[in-house]
Amino acid sequence: MLKINNLHAQVEDKEILKGINLEMKAGEVHAIMGPNGSGKSTLASVIAGKENFEVTDGSVELDGEDLEDISPEERAHKGVFLSFQYPVEIPGVSVTNFMKTAINESRKAKGLEEMPAKDMLKLIREKSELLEIDRKFLSRSLNEGFSGGEKKRNEIFQMAMLEPKLAILDETDSGLDIDALRIVANGVNKLKSKDNAVLVITHYQRLLDYIVPDFVHVLHNGKIVKSGGKELALELEEKGYDWLKQEAAV
Amino acid sequence: MELKDKLVSSFIAFEDNVDVEHSVHDIRTEAIKNFEAKGFPTKKEEAWKYTSLNNLRKIDFSLFPKTENTIEYKDVKQYFLHEIDTYKIVFVDGVYSSYLSETTHDGVDICLMSAALTKDMYKPVIDVYFNKVASKDESLTTLNTAFSKEGAYIYIPKNKMPKKPIEILHFSTGNEASLLLQPRNLVVVEENAEVQIIERHQSLTDNNVLTNAVTEVFAADNAIVDIYKLQNDNANASLIDNTYIDQKNKSVVKVHTFSFGGKLTRNNLNFYQNGEYIDSIMKGVTILGEKQHVDHHTLVHHIEPNCESHQDYKGIYGESSTGVFNGKIIVDKIAQKTNAFQQNNNILISDKATINTKPQLEIFADDVKCSHGCTIGQLDEDALFYLQSRGIPIKEARALLMYAFANNVLESVRIPELKSRINALIANKLGVSLGFDL
Repeated sequence: MLKINNLHAQVEDKEILKGINLEMKAGEVHAIMGPNGSGKSTLASVIAGKENFEVTDGSVELDGEDLEDISPEERAHKGVFLSFQYPVEIPGVSVTNFMKTAINESRKAKGLEEMPAKDMLKLIREKSELLEIDRKFLSRSLNEGFSGGEKKRNEIFQMAMLEPKLAILDETDSGLDIDALRIVANGVNKLKSKDNAVLVITHYQRLLDYIVPDFVHVLHNGKIVKSGGKELALELEEKGYDWLKQEAAV
Repeated sequence: MELKDKLVSSFIAFEDNVDVEHSVHDIRTEAIKNFEAKGFPTKKEEAWKYTSLNNLRKIDFSLFPKTENTIEYKDVKQYFLHEIDTYKIVFVDGVYSSYLSETTHDGVDICLMSAALTKDMYKPVIDVYFNKVASKDESLTTLNTAFSKEGAYIYIPKNKMPKKPIEILHFSTGNEASLLLQPRNLVVVEENAEVQIIERHQSLTDNNVLTNAVTEVFAADNAIVDIYKLQNDNANASLIDNTYIDQKNKSVVKVHTFSFGGKLTRNNLNFYQNGEYIDSIMKGVTILGEKQHVDHHTLVHHIEPNCESHQDYKGIYGESSTGVFNGKIIVDKIAQKTNAFQQNNNILISDKATINTKPQLEIFADDVKCSHGCTIGQLDEDALFYLQSRGIPIKEARALLMYAFANNVLESVRIPELKSRINALIANKLGVSLGFDL
């Protein structure tokens, strides 16, 4: 589904990704771990199409299609979803209206009619129950005044609404207490299927107790320096990242 | 002939035609003298540094429409807040249209300035309030005073509230090649009374119109006054809107100014706090394009202790439009415990658009809280990416962010139908459908 070949990306002449190779198949969960500044969030943003990152070499392919020159919104229409580490506050636009706009824009791009209001409400009710979201929450302005945990839960609610093919969770566990973490992870697990894939980006192993990855990759200094099964996450948790850095230096 | 000379020389003929109540005659005569001495303001004056009236002064305006014009309701229905029932005071080319209006004397007076200035029954109110808060030396205000004859007269006695909001509409038909209008409004809201007013000036053709309006508002103890100014006029319509507000103890006056159109718009909004525990609220949303120009000049004079003022103006400037915000706050020495807040945030969405923003604080008391802030920026790239990543195209994403930017100003609009109307105007002005009912 996702194929990343020798991806190099830079921002303002500073190279951050230095040759990433990664392949994900439908039905798989991959985790990318690594120390701060290793390029994890950059990788997430580049896959989602953020324009201030310049891809200097290599490619990102989704279902065999090169995503170069494809705008972030078109990537979203093709099924890419990024759960943000720092979701943006949009005062005056409620969570519900925001989702209506997002869903109908995607439908429009696919040549479909707008979703009937009744179906929309049903979908919102169903998905908000999944994330244990209160109805009052949905009429609040998007992310405005939300706690860290509420923002992350809202991100996964959006994911549930949009039903992406490829979901990238960028540090979704940061700022979550254990109960919120469980709710969010439970939501992600219920959305998992044989047809979609999840890329979990995290600094800590904690989230991976709940969203169990098929593969774990360690990112260091813009490169994947080690890949393995879920046991690699435990190893990292135990030993920290220093030993990997030394290994990479050899 | 220079517009000034034309005005001054037509004054005598104007006065001859008006059924003059004596004290008003004196006020007008004094005013024309002041205007003659000062003339139109020029860019040399600090208050007019960024707004030039030069081009307008070259136009050969008709001062008094020659014919009485009528318009059909169906042709102008869209400019009324027709979703709800309202009182309406409507003028066509400066002349009262009884056909389009709905006035009342049922417990409150919602009627005409021409009646108030000539009929004995209104004399007690006119003597106490007329031209009492309006400036005696600001030249455009004195010009309006000199020719004051017609406009809205609203008198709300103690403890009363009209059953519905009041719309004041000025239409110009364009039957005159160029028309100068000078409406004069008086709004008196007595103790513990309340009123909601919506003002609109609308030109129906592309002919030149210049409106130089003066509105005096008196809010007695505990009065509540809401004024909504909807400025979305045609490309050749210009407006100088002078509003003077006198507030007494514990009154709350809110003025919302929505500037979405017109060629040149100058808003002079002046609050005088003659009492304690007063709240004065000014909110504005400005969305301009083309070569439109809007200049917001506000003044809050904190004269007594324990009062508040809140100003929140948002501007979105596109194409070659220009904007000015000048917010002056004066806190007298005696006005301790004043809270004065002022905020002016602007987004420039074109390289050719400009905004000049200037806070002007003159604080003579030592125990006060005053804050002011102005920002000029572009749309936040991270926020745009966030919306795009949810599948919202860039154009709609920009609109959504601009809408969000302006939104907190709309939250205080207390008439839901008006709020929807303004929401729709904003969406229209931004040129997109946002995919949901705002």
